[in-house]
Amino acid sequence: MQRILMRQMKDNQSGTIAAIKANGELGRRIRDMGLVPGTPIKIQGRAPLYDPVALRVMNFTLTLRNKEADFIEVDVE
Amino acid sequence: MKTEAVIALSGNPNSGKTTLFNALTGARQHVGNYPGVTVEKKVGVYTAGNARIRIVDLPGTYSLTAYSLEEVVTRDFLVNEKPDLVIDIVDASNLERNLYLAVQFLELGVPLCIALNMMDVAKSRGIEINVERLRTLLGVPVVPTVARTGRGKRELMETAEKAAAASGPTPLRISYGDDLDRALMEMEKEIQAHCFLTATYPAHWVALKYMENDEQILAKGRAADPQLSKRLEQAIRKVSDHLMATTGNYPEALIADQRYGYIYSILKQGVLSRRTDQHRLYHSDKIDKVLTHRVMGPVVMLLIILGLYHFTFTYSEIPVAWVEGLFEWLGALTVATIPEGMVRSLIVSGIIDGVGGVLSFVPLIMMMFFGIAVLEDSGYLARMAFMLDRVFSLFGLHGSSVMAYIVSGGIAGGCAVPGVMATRTLRSPKERLATLLTAPFMNCGAKLPVFALLIAAFFKENEALFMFAITLVSWTGALAVAKLLRVTVIRGEPTPFVMELPPYRFPVLKGLLIHTWERTWQYIKKAGTVILAISILLWALMSFPRLPASERAAVLAQLKTSAAADTSAFENASEGEKLRNANAALGEAALRYSVAGRIGVALERISRLAGFDWRVNIALIGGFAAKEVVVSTLGTAYSLGEIDVEESLPLSEKLAASPGWRPLTALSLLLFTVFYTPCFITVICISREAGSWKWGIFSMIFNTLLAFVLAITLFQAGRFLGY
Repeated sequence: MQRILMRQMKDNQSGTIAAIKANGELGRRIRDMGLVPGTPIKIQGRAPLYDPVALRVMNFTLTLRNKEADFIEVDVE
Repeated sequence: MKTEAVIALSGNPNSGKTTLFNALTGARQHVGNYPGVTVEKKVGVYTAGNARIRIVDLPGTYSLTAYSLEEVVTRDFLVNEKPDLVIDIVDASNLERNLYLAVQFLELGVPLCIALNMMDVAKSRGIEINVERLRTLLGVPVVPTVARTGRGKRELMETAEKAAAASGPTPLRISYGDDLDRALMEMEKEIQAHCFLTATYPAHWVALKYMENDEQILAKGRAADPQLSKRLEQAIRKVSDHLMATTGNYPEALIADQRYGYIYSILKQGVLSRRTDQHRLYHSDKIDKVLTHRVMGPVVMLLIILGLYHFTFTYSEIPVAWVEGLFEWLGALTVATIPEGMVRSLIVSGIIDGVGGVLSFVPLIMMMFFGIAVLEDSGYLARMAFMLDRVFSLFGLHGSSVMAYIVSGGIAGGCAVPGVMATRTLRSPKERLATLLTAPFMNCGAKLPVFALLIAAFFKENEALFMFAITLVSWTGALAVAKLLRVTVIRGEPTPFVMELPPYRFPVLKGLLIHTWERTWQYIKKAGTVILAISILLWALMSFPRLPASERAAVLAQLKTSAAADTSAFENASEGEKLRNANAALGEAALRYSVAGRIGVALERISRLAGFDWRVNIALIGGFAAKEVVVSTLGTAYSLGEIDVEESLPLSEKLAASPGWRPLTALSLLLFTVFYTPCFITVICISREAGSWKWGIFSMIFNTLLAFVLAITLFQAGRFLGY
């Protein structure tokens, strides 16, 4: 078990949200979409220019810019 | 006393809310705006037996914070209009996240009924939901539905009617952890004691929003009772510091966590069971493996854009020609019935040409919006935004900006009117404004005749190269200006890209048609009012004051003298040709004598810097009506009489032979045409979409100044280099 930033995760890698370090609008938007500590996620892929990133949360696909993914810490195997 | 029940539909984007709204109300809808904002307000009527219920379609939201316009509108509607019931449409295949909004409705204490939509999708994904249990645990009615087929619609409305008649529920209280609960309790006591905002909101909710640092409620609180507000804010700061030290999180983060905790605890009590792994690939993900693939993705996207273009601009040609034909016929009819003079000129050139020009866009707009609606409803538009966001975000825009650019003429030949209207799919206000202000720099179909004329006159050998270069210049200019705007007048942090990629779905035809008709109708309504007035104004500018008889005689005398100098040509000219020459000369003189002509002449002093004489100036003024008018006005100004916009060869030759014209002049005019003010139809659309006339006027002035600066720079640099 190791804690990394979401940006560093590889395609198809799974993990569990450990912490959201963003506040204000960004933080709230991230949480509104269900990214709260304890939520399992899986990186689904990245856009052709490697940004944004698409991830599977619960039962849907969410996209975030890499800059925004930098505020999210994930526990991975 | 209310005569009919009012029910508000609410829910996450992509939860099938609009489909349910369409299924409930059919075509009996009215689209308006919420006061002061550009968020659409749709109202419809549901009837069954004796029941007649007014249904308000609230904007799709994920949450009830005060960050987006949609959320504020939803909240304000709920507390101010107090609907009898809120139906929250919840995507059953995605229950956890969708219930987050439901919990916030319960916290606010609005009477709620949950429509558990997309039950079929949930089932196919191996998700089982115990509806009865969910109803008991949440304490509100829950009705399973499938909006696409209309299943459950009747049961939903029967339940809703009963629920609306029942007394309102008490606001839900969930535990946000000991520290927060204690602080909230104390704040609530004070709020209650001072009746602080309690006329509108429940006391507990005010405390909660203060704790969440909600800007709208904070502002209202400070206005209502500054001292109490200050005390509350101090109390919060204490808790906040404590929580920050112990948990490393702000209260608002903990509150969100606890809401999700509450949802999970409900779902775990036998509500939700999954038969399959939740990370397994669905059809939609398999499609995405191709459509957002690193190489295939952009290729397919290009093909789809070209396809959309082909579909709209090729197939709309025929109906556009019908509409234009109709107005030409009307014009000819007027010419035949009304004697020549000012009245006829007003009706033909002012009214029929003006309104006809506007209405001839209607088939184009209909097909364009049908196409965009298909892309949007199928879920592909979100993928386009996903793939292109990297590029657009560099310039302070959003991935979704691409649609507006493309439609406006990002591939030469679009139209800025539907382009500006297409920015509605953008949910980030700053990015949206920057997009709709820069989209008109793209090369719409009406600028093409101007380019064709100038290229044919001076750069005939390199036609394709020049067209390509102009397209590049437009894109570069639009993106650069967008960046400029985003660091000056529309500056601010980028709106987060946190966006859902909805599963691919087949669009519902009824929804597509309703959507297309709404957009088209909004456009037509404008044509009848403002556009008609401006069209008449422009006509008047170019017709008055009329050429006095003495001036007419002078022009004719001059024509005779010059003809006498060149007798052979004069002898050879037929009577018809002489008449045409005389009319053309009179046309030029009349145009020069008009207000527009005088403005053109007066502006010559500064426009000379960019290489434009008074004729070009008048033509550019005329181009404000519609860009292709530049060509026909130049025709009149160069005494060529009526010029067919599509067949401007004689004018090309005339320009090429004119002493005042050289390739550098043409380049300067090309550049100016790309960037100067959008036509007035676009300006009106910009004002409408931006929600203020300020932005329409801004685009006229700013764009023209920008175009002028660019043209002068080019012209003077060229002159310096000896061109």
